[in-house]
Amino acid sequence: MSGLSIENISMRFDLPNGTSVQALKNVSLHLKEGELLSVLGPSGCGKTTLLNIVAGFLAPTEGQVVLNGHKVTGPAAERGMVFQQGALFEWMSVRDNVGFGPRMKGMAKAQMAEIVDHLLDVVGLGDFKDKMVYELSGGMQQRVALARCLANEPDIILMDEPLGALDALTREKMQSLVLKLWKETGKTIILITHSVEEALLLGERLIVMAPRPGRIHKEYRLPFADMGVGADLREVKKHPDYAPTREEILNMIWNMEEEIMGRTEVAS
Amino acid sequence: MTSLIPFALYVGIFVGSYLIVNKLIRRAARTDFTALKTVTFGDESAVISDRTASIISVATLFLLWGMFTGSVLVPPFLHAPGPYIGDGQFTYVVEGPDGQRDEATVFWRVQDPEGETEKLTVDPGDGPARNDALMIRAYRSAQLSWDKNDEFKRKDGARLVEIAGQPVAYDPATRDEADSAAKPVIEVDHATVTLSDKGALIVTPYTGLQMEPIWLPPPEDVVKRLVDIASEGFRGATLWEHLGLSLMRVVVGFFFGSLIGIPLGYAMGLSNWFRGWFDPIVEFMRPVPPLALIPLVIIWAGIGELGKIILLFLAALWIMAIAARSGVSGVRISKVHAAYSLGASKGQIMRYVIVPNSLPEIFTGARVAMGVCWGTVVAAELVAAEKGAGMMIMVASKFQNTDIVMMGIIMIGVIGFGIDILMRWAERWLVPWKGKG
Repeated sequence: MSGLSIENISMRFDLPNGTSVQALKNVSLHLKEGELLSVLGPSGCGKTTLLNIVAGFLAPTEGQVVLNGHKVTGPAAERGMVFQQGALFEWMSVRDNVGFGPRMKGMAKAQMAEIVDHLLDVVGLGDFKDKMVYELSGGMQQRVALARCLANEPDIILMDEPLGALDALTREKMQSLVLKLWKETGKTIILITHSVEEALLLGERLIVMAPRPGRIHKEYRLPFADMGVGADLREVKKHPDYAPTREEILNMIWNMEEEIMGRTEVAS
Repeated sequence: MTSLIPFALYVGIFVGSYLIVNKLIRRAARTDFTALKTVTFGDESAVISDRTASIISVATLFLLWGMFTGSVLVPPFLHAPGPYIGDGQFTYVVEGPDGQRDEATVFWRVQDPEGETEKLTVDPGDGPARNDALMIRAYRSAQLSWDKNDEFKRKDGARLVEIAGQPVAYDPATRDEADSAAKPVIEVDHATVTLSDKGALIVTPYTGLQMEPIWLPPPEDVVKRLVDIASEGFRGATLWEHLGLSLMRVVVGFFFGSLIGIPLGYAMGLSNWFRGWFDPIVEFMRPVPPLALIPLVIIWAGIGELGKIILLFLAALWIMAIAARSGVSGVRISKVHAAYSLGASKGQIMRYVIVPNSLPEIFTGARVAMGVCWGTVVAAELVAAEKGAGMMIMVASKFQNTDIVMMGIIMIGVIGFGIDILMRWAERWLVPWKGKG
């Protein structure tokens, strides 16, 4: 079976003081190859935990993740990851960062250089190949992170708030880039974000998670990602369904946050 | 109180040069962006080390040094008053056992510390009390048994009743505590005269404000010593051998300390068992000053090269282990995760992520360790060594060769500073990504 199956995953963290936190409870999800899923939710709803389980950094207490027919037991090159920031290797040049995955596999230099050059052109950093990563701006660094992930030819790309630390304008450009890369490469992508707009614009599917215990609250299928490919994202926002959906999700998350705040007030 | 004069001068120059440079010369001379700031107090970026102040500061130190040592490098009119060199005299009156009084004169002469001084001869005069001659070395006082050439002897009951026209109440024959405090202190031309417990005269010519060379030699003496010892050597080895040997000990000790310390730190940063096993040892040894280990190292390994190198090895070991450990622990987990999801193996993560990520910390540790080792080697050589920078200044101090001590201290400082500069330079060159992750 192709695609990614998240099968009835539960995650419980036992704390040193004897209590435990149910970070995820009975989360199930199937992602077809080439789908772009965005995940939203208030802080503490377990979305990063879910991503870490899919990436293989954490083993779930119950359930399993199956990718293309085999079970996930640890991190592997088939599941590429793009982090928020600071995950680039600052002791390497842009070229070496992007070529890291192929180099670890022992790919021939010439072939590697070809891949790196191509990807850096795709993300628009053709002129910055020999710079050190700390010489680049935040947006450029995230382009390098995207290219580095793609260079490894993963089956699925996991993005943990990759654009969270960027300014609004850079963020918009990067959103278009993510859509473009998604269409061009046909990769399956899971995108975790705090921004409702980003989730709406980029997610072909969108799930909203609820906290305590972390679970899937509601799922949407959205037309905006397809519309946004190669188009102006601001035009997409004028679609009649866009604003109502955004308001609905915002209200949903807002209510969850209020519920959490209320509960903590009672507890204290 | 006179010792406060150089300090007061220093403060005076500090304030004076500040006023002159800032209020008179540079009024509104600043044209860079800080000139446009309205808020500069508390703004760290507006505080730039003032080069002029640094230059004046260093020049002031040398100026004061020259002024108060009578250096030839400072024009004579700037010299602090030196010791009185020349002749003086005062009279005294003796009362004999029979109550008869007679007056005599003491002629004294202070010898020029540089060059020959003619011996003083006087006409003894007449009467039971005779005139005396007294030679005094510069900066010193001298005691005069005034009755040596007199007919009146102290042992017969003769005593001083007047010095330079001022009455003296002190009687050594009946001296007690209260009388001792009542000993006269009489100012005569260019000197102070007082009495010893037994009634002898003590003449102290004015010493001025300059430092005697055995306390503080003038700068040119220190330079001359530097040249002498650089060419002729000190205690069977040239200056470069002494300094080079100290430096060699530091480098060897540091090398072995790093050789063991860095892998140890890596192991502690990567394995629970290693961390648990070595944490008590490292955490205990870290606050033990290496100097406190000197006695034990001498007992175990003697005062030779081996002992020194073991000491420096121990000084560097803990610092390097802790630096390597925190370098490993300081790696951002997202970098390690990124490397894993890019398909790197454990060995590859070690080589391409953990080691380069820890290098900035290791360089910082190396800088600290080199500084500590340099301090420790000098201290260890002060305690016991046959050659080395510390031994040189310690032996020199035993012989009151203050100029060698000063020269040694300055050379030790220069080398310590040089080591630090070199390490920083290496750091910039080898780990340019430091602090930019």
